Amino acid sequence: MDRAAIIGVGTTKIEKSKIGETFADMAWEAVNNALNDAGMTIDDIDNVVTTSSDFWDGRTISCMAVGDASGAAHKNVSCVEGDGTYGAFYGMTRSLSGSYKTTLVTGHSKGSQSVSSLITNSAFDPIYERALGMDMVTACAMQASSYMRRTKTTPEHLAMVSVKNHGNALKNPLAQLPLKITVKDVLESEMIADPLHKLDCSPVSDGCAAVIIAHESAAKKFKQKPVWIKGVSFCADSFFFGDRDLSRAKALTEAAKKAYAMAGIKNPKKEIDVAELYDAFTYQELMWLEEMGLVDDSMAGKLLEKGDFNIDGRLPVNASGGLLSGHPVIAAGLYSMAAVVRQIRGDAGGFQVKKAKTGLVQGLNGLGGQSHCVFILDKDK
Amino acid sequence: MSDQFQGIEPMVYKSKINVPYSWWAGDTASKFYTTLRDEKKITGTKCAACKKVFLPPRKVCPSCFTENKEWVNISDEGTVITFTVARRQFAAIPSDKKVPVICGMIKLDGADTAMLHYLEEIKPENVTIGMRVKAVFSEERKGTIRDISYFKPV
Repeated sequence: MDRAAIIGVGTTKIEKSKIGETFADMAWEAVNNALNDAGMTIDDIDNVVTTSSDFWDGRTISCMAVGDASGAAHKNVSCVEGDGTYGAFYGMTRSLSGSYKTTLVTGHSKGSQSVSSLITNSAFDPIYERALGMDMVTACAMQASSYMRRTKTTPEHLAMVSVKNHGNALKNPLAQLPLKITVKDVLESEMIADPLHKLDCSPVSDGCAAVIIAHESAAKKFKQKPVWIKGVSFCADSFFFGDRDLSRAKALTEAAKKAYAMAGIKNPKKEIDVAELYDAFTYQELMWLEEMGLVDDSMAGKLLEKGDFNIDGRLPVNASGGLLSGHPVIAAGLYSMAAVVRQIRGDAGGFQVKKAKTGLVQGLNGLGGQSHCVFILDKDK
Repeated sequence: MSDQFQGIEPMVYKSKINVPYSWWAGDTASKFYTTLRDEKKITGTKCAACKKVFLPPRKVCPSCFTENKEWVNISDEGTVITFTVARRQFAAIPSDKKVPVICGMIKLDGADTAMLHYLEEIKPENVTIGMRVKAVFSEERKGTIRDISYFKPV
């Protein structure tokens, strides 16, 4: 099979409110950063995929707001709604299609400009569920209760994820919320929706990220070291919230298995060096680790206690600070991807891990991870 | 922002999208809601292949990709699968509900899937996963999910 590689990444700083910047301003910065990183000009880009959400942006065809700033004029441009990793998945297939050699993928959102509770409430079925007024926070809180009960994970375990990730963010200049906090601080922060405290939840954020994905025939033509896409898979679970066993993430388990198989990974516990996971809430980091088979069932909390997921641990997880330290919805998965690409290239600066040959990126969309996308990236082709 | 814009006051435009929709509920949801409204009965659909009973009722089984043609009556009693207590008055919470609002997933007897609803007549600290609850129907029913007012402990 033909191969594709990520040959450039660009990100804006994640901020609480980029009041001075439009969607296009953010895209302009992220796209130019990615082009500079790759050593390319916009003329070297064959086609563009933007990732955005009409509901979050408050306009239809929300990709049109960033098309010009992404250099999409006179090019084939297409829009993906969902996490940035889904845009990257589509961008990769375009680069492998034979029609294009290089694809620019962007993802943007400004949580500061809307009301997240109302936006995420509209993810519920309008006929049967929406009128009850639940949203992403209450949905994920129910999932957290369910996961914690099944695995005997404690509120202290959740708090430790917050302490670790906000602490990691101290080393990442792009992060919005670097914090030096303790388990006690997390447990004493405002209870938002049981069992989730304020510091168990990711913040509202603004940001834009861009990645450039090239077919193997073009991957080495530019100055940047290519990071190879070795495996990728996307899976969705049942749409109705009550159809799922919320303490599990069947779609993620499936996606991870397929991505490992494609990458030739037989023992993910040993072969993955670094991972950026979708930690919109603290419990999610632990749950996704287990559901992807990166640790044994019900063991993530205990291994976290031992320091396994620290920057200098056995499997560094969210060394960048993760989404708990800045969560621009939609763009999120591309930020995670950029972080892993930088790790593999040895460019991660303060949050560089020691060994980073093979990395894993996870993106998700929907209430409590209704669908998931898993990428396996590698230094070697 | 580049230097030429330094010192310029950023303008913020406040706006709102307010678009009325009239969704056709579909024949499956229509039957569910008319039965709930007129008879205070909860009904679900059953897949002929996997025998799973869906609540809320679905026309197509998401696992088997077959049409669910059989209707079954479902008990108004069931078990709390999971829950949360909303402590902040989130924007999506209906204006007649004041926090703390207890949101739960309830698997009613006779159904294989859980439904979302409120838990009331109980203090938040007393709610447990696995507890038995019973539907309380609204006095005035209009054919919506809130024709069930909430679930209370059995």
